[in-house]
Amino acid sequence: MISDLLLTRYPFLFVALLLVIGVYGMIMKRNLLKKVIGMNIFQTAIFLFFIQGAQKTGASIPVLSPELGSASESYLNPLPHVMVLTAIVVGVAITGVAISLLLVIYRSFGTLDEKRILEQLRESA
Amino acid sequence: MAGGWLLRLVGFVLMAFLWVAIVWGATGLPRRGDPLAPATVHQSVAVYYIERSYEETRTPNLVTAVLVDYRGFDTFGEALVVVVAALSCLLILSRAKGVGREGRGGEGGPAGGAQ
Amino acid sequence: MTSVYDSLFLHTVVRAVVPIIQVFAFYIITHGHYSPGGGFQGGVMLAASIILQRISVGEESYRRFPRKAGIVLAGIGALLFALLGFIPLFLGGSFLDYGRELFWLPSATAHYWGIFMAEIFIGLLVWGSLTAIYDALASGGVE
Repeated sequence: MISDLLLTRYPFLFVALLLVIGVYGMIMKRNLLKKVIGMNIFQTAIFLFFIQGAQKTGASIPVLSPELGSASESYLNPLPHVMVLTAIVVGVAITGVAISLLLVIYRSFGTLDEKRILEQLRESA
Repeated sequence: MAGGWLLRLVGFVLMAFLWVAIVWGATGLPRRGDPLAPATVHQSVAVYYIERSYEETRTPNLVTAVLVDYRGFDTFGEALVVVVAALSCLLILSRAKGVGREGRGGEGGPAGGAQ
Repeated sequence: MTSVYDSLFLHTVVRAVVPIIQVFAFYIITHGHYSPGGGFQGGVMLAASIILQRISVGEESYRRFPRKAGIVLAGIGALLFALLGFIPLFLGGSFLDYGRELFWLPSATAHYWGIFMAEIFIGLLVWGSLTAIYDALASGGVE
């Protein structure tokens, strides 16, 4: 089963590795900026999962070419590519808003360390 | 010391378990490039897009035709999301210009902290 | 982040490379029909050229492309895309119905040119938004 896993389902090993690195960054790191970067790594893992799920042996990219005609077996499924394109742009927008929120937090607390921010909040409450 | 090496070790072990669990779950998915998988076998919509899009839009690039013509409404919504995100960046930072000028001094810069 | 590194080598290379990046980005936007690419990818490359100039050259970039021009471009792109979608409603079709909007063309050609115009507007929109996000973060908001 291990050899079958390595030969036919090898992309999932790397997708799972990126996912786990992203989750580790989001949970275990104390700095808020590193948590945002962990979220970005997690997003990249999901994009890879979608793209490699749409792969098909013997098929070409979803751009119609004159020598392959219009048969539906010689082209990839274009729909996961469309979804990932939308998701990448939305991810960039989310990262922009997250970093601007981090800037406001830094200005009002003086630090981006999660533990020290919680201490300051507990002192002032 | 409460933070230290024990917490990191527990974190590594948990992440290793998560990796094994995900890969074990992935053995149930179809193999790479399988032409009979549900994402690649042609059900109704993908067959329609591949076979009929050239005579309806004369666009060889299927991804652009699907994104802007057949699913143009979703692309419109997503473009609005990008503009609203840029606007909200500008507004968040302009209201915060006066915040924290007199505020608490802390140690560490934007990338400080023990980890 | 807002300091300028005074190096003649850097200034010369940036001045030579930024127009090439912009021309290539326009090529990617307008060839979205025939090769992978389209509005989003070209818009991101245009924003990257402006950000490259801002990081390396500094004040000259703010003279040529002012700080408030980013969000204005994004708004113009979004408005034009919305108009492209709303006009068919007055002519008897549905939202973003390119066949009814460019009624003087046969249906397939109308869809072709409708997709082309939508790609250009999306390119403008993404260009303006990403430049506005960078300007907001680098200067700390509008005055």
